Amino acid sequence: MTSTETIGWFADIGLVDRPSVGGKGGSLGELTRAGIAVPPGFVVRTAAFERFIEALEASAPLRAEVEALDPSDLDAVTACSKKLRARLEASDMPDALRAEIAGAYAELAGADRPVAVRSSATTEDAEDASFAGLQDTFLWVMGADEVLHRIRTCWASLYSVESLSYRLKHGLPETGVAMAVVVQTMVDARTAGVMFTRSPLTGDRSVVAIEGSWGLGSSVVGGEVTPDRFVVSKITGEISVRDISKKLIQHVPAAAGGVDELDVPTERQTIPCLSDEEISALTDTAKKVERHYGRPQDIEWAVDQGGALMLLQSRPETVWSQKEAAPVAKPQADPLMHVLSIFGGKR
Amino acid sequence: MNAPVKPVGFPLPSSVKVIPGTEAAQASYPYFMQFAKGDDERFWFYNSMHFPEPMSAFDTVTGEAAYIALGAANTRVHVLPTVLGIDQRIINGRIYIGGNAVTDPVQIGRRVEEFQQRGLYYYANWEQLYAQWKVKMLALIKDAEDIKIPELPEFDDLASVHAGRGIAQNHFVLTAYHKTIEGYFRMWHHHFEFLLLGYGAYMVFFEFCKKAFPEITDQTVSRMVAGMSPEFFRPDDELKGLARLAVELDIDHKFPEDGKADEVLKSLEQMGEPGRKWLEAFEKARHPWFNVGVGDGFYHYHRSWNDDLSIPFSAMPGYMRQVREGKTLDRPIERLKAERERIIAEYRDLLNTDDDRAAFDQMIGLSHRVFPYVEDHKFYCEHWYTTLFFNKIREFGGLLARHDFFASPEDIFHLTRFEVDAALSDLMTSWSTGSAPRGPDHWPPIIAMRKAAIAEWAKHPTSPALGAVPDVIDDPAIVMLWGITSESLNAWLNEDVTSSEIKGFAASPGVVEGIARVVKSVDEIGRLQEGDILVCPVTNPTWAPIFRKIAATVSDIGGSMSHAAIVCREYGLPAVVGTGTATQRIKDGQRIRVDGSRGVVTIL
Repeated sequence: MTSTETIGWFADIGLVDRPSVGGKGGSLGELTRAGIAVPPGFVVRTAAFERFIEALEASAPLRAEVEALDPSDLDAVTACSKKLRARLEASDMPDALRAEIAGAYAELAGADRPVAVRSSATTEDAEDASFAGLQDTFLWVMGADEVLHRIRTCWASLYSVESLSYRLKHGLPETGVAMAVVVQTMVDARTAGVMFTRSPLTGDRSVVAIEGSWGLGSSVVGGEVTPDRFVVSKITGEISVRDISKKLIQHVPAAAGGVDELDVPTERQTIPCLSDEEISALTDTAKKVERHYGRPQDIEWAVDQGGALMLLQSRPETVWSQKEAAPVAKPQADPLMHVLSIFGGKR
Repeated sequence: MNAPVKPVGFPLPSSVKVIPGTEAAQASYPYFMQFAKGDDERFWFYNSMHFPEPMSAFDTVTGEAAYIALGAANTRVHVLPTVLGIDQRIINGRIYIGGNAVTDPVQIGRRVEEFQQRGLYYYANWEQLYAQWKVKMLALIKDAEDIKIPELPEFDDLASVHAGRGIAQNHFVLTAYHKTIEGYFRMWHHHFEFLLLGYGAYMVFFEFCKKAFPEITDQTVSRMVAGMSPEFFRPDDELKGLARLAVELDIDHKFPEDGKADEVLKSLEQMGEPGRKWLEAFEKARHPWFNVGVGDGFYHYHRSWNDDLSIPFSAMPGYMRQVREGKTLDRPIERLKAERERIIAEYRDLLNTDDDRAAFDQMIGLSHRVFPYVEDHKFYCEHWYTTLFFNKIREFGGLLARHDFFASPEDIFHLTRFEVDAALSDLMTSWSTGSAPRGPDHWPPIIAMRKAAIAEWAKHPTSPALGAVPDVIDDPAIVMLWGITSESLNAWLNEDVTSSEIKGFAASPGVVEGIARVVKSVDEIGRLQEGDILVCPVTNPTWAPIFRKIAATVSDIGGSMSHAAIVCREYGLPAVVGTGTATQRIKDGQRIRVDGSRGVVTIL
């Protein structure tokens, strides 16, 4: 598993490599290097995208078509987007590049083990809502051809109407456009979800808030189920909230690749999707990740059919971290005066 | 979302009827404890934490003395700026209480000035005043122990005649009684000398934590402060020590699981050196540490371990078994202390600013200073003194029973403290005049009627509160001790009694399923089997031996700082307290789940 200019294995990359592996890829590398269980995988670096585009440019101009567009002419932008996306999806990669990516896939997963293929944006503002179209994720992708296809789909999303309009509007050069793609083994999740290393409701930094449901985490992330919710003290480990909800559907891997939505059997709908031991293991992992990054995190996790816990993603928590924390109380010259807040009618 | 339904309020006091047939028993309570005009405008709640069972006439002395002392401390001594005392009323044997608040800003201002030289003086001189308190309290206990209840012989003592005492023996019946009552009232003043101040300091820290860490649980806050007093757990520790000694001396086979204490003691006396050694240790341990009540000490039938050795003796075989299995019985005090320090340090680290950390240090420092009193006073006041006091009253009961006022010394507890005074005067008069006392004809039918009334009242549930719900509940004692907050009242009001979920305070974490044993009075604790879940009006820490057996605790009343909550955390038992109605809604023998982390009990 040797990393190259095109391929970066998780163990070899970190957040500093963001320009070539993207935020998601860098974060997965960072977690792997911190000793946190992450499904193994690699990143198809931005250099691969550039090699692909250069090959396309060689046969017919591509960037020039975008640069010639009038940002206010939405019809023209839409038509161009449609054309370029179809071109990227349908065109083969150069042989050497194909071989290198297929080789890494074979090394990772053998001939046809399922992987997730996800786009990994290289700039902070690319993670904004304005670039939402960039955040493509394909689950349960099997076989080298399909993997290569989905990588091209991720790349093609750079030419979505939203992306094109954004670049045109901000005058961003087409030569600076790049995208990394993560290829990662799938976890056949028994239970999956998200967790926050501070309360999303109150901002309380002393708790970890966990949300989870049966099956793959896409049902939780996509808001298709009301997940079970647990709140755990980071300091005492006490589980102070257990909201067990009725979990009606679950996402499971489809036999032919992709994801199926199934009904949850009645007897499993209202039982907790995590044991206390698993909740406690998740909390420990959350603490470890937060300590590693030195700031509150928003984490995607899964527990596989064998009960092993893995993290799929971790990114900085942004909502509460941007608020100025109000001071709680001021020290008093005479500490006894604090009691007047109880007895003194100051409440 | 629908707008929350505005609570309609609880029944008005005037709408609560005396249960038919018990009117005369209700009338026996002092007039100033009866609901009257004006009481409908106030909020009252049933103090089932301290008085979970209908009160016998005499036992109302506890409510009287306690609220007199509490009110005096708040209103006149420390001069708490915003709260005065607590009024009490009794109906169908149930004690309802209601706090008095100061709302006029001018009055609050005046009281703040007074408080600064009174209440604050106590905080500033806490350690010295508390050291003085213990001396005072032990002297008071000694005084009470020394009270002699005179017999009334046919002729007065010759020696006192020759000494020219000039006072006949019957006079000392009255002085002894008055001294006994006076000592009890005095004890309650001592009890409240520090208590509310202690709770106030704790509440400051509690509110800080809730603001800084909105999702911190009550029990985590109290873990940072409570549970470290050596005296609080001393009786149980002594018991464990005796169990260990018995195993060491190889005499543990003399303690069968269902052994009777007096038979065990007799067999030890007969077995020579090892038995003698154990009995010596036993005598040393039981004075004073077995002066611990099997209840909260507020009822005459809450006897101490010394009065009823069956409780400690039923616990010892279990401890002995654990010793034989090589388990350590010691509470790992050092480990618990280190854990508490870790928790404090980690929460402190999460604070945002240096100011917050400095305020946190000041507040927890103050809490740690006041808390030993909050935990320790119970042993001296509620356990040692109250059981001693009721035993003294029992001696007067014996005197009256020997003069045929009633059949059993215990019957005295169906007279009010004023009526006992009258009965003793009747006895003194008859001893003087040589006529027959009137009591033997007067009291027996009244006592029978009152006993029947108490039995009847016990069958009827009573509303957890009466009157209008106040906008805010600001009294530190009411919030901390009784767990009564606007939220808990609304929960009581809006409770769906058909639901299988009962909500309360999360008092001690963990989830357990088991068979519910609904135990409404202390006489019933023998029914608890290994692994049962105790469901009771008020959890009581002094049932310590029982806590070894049970799997969890559920109570009608109690906050996160009630002693039950503390003891359950100590024993690692899940507990949900302050449910309002658990004993009414859970049936004995039902399977229930107790989630002590969330404060929810589910009937399965």
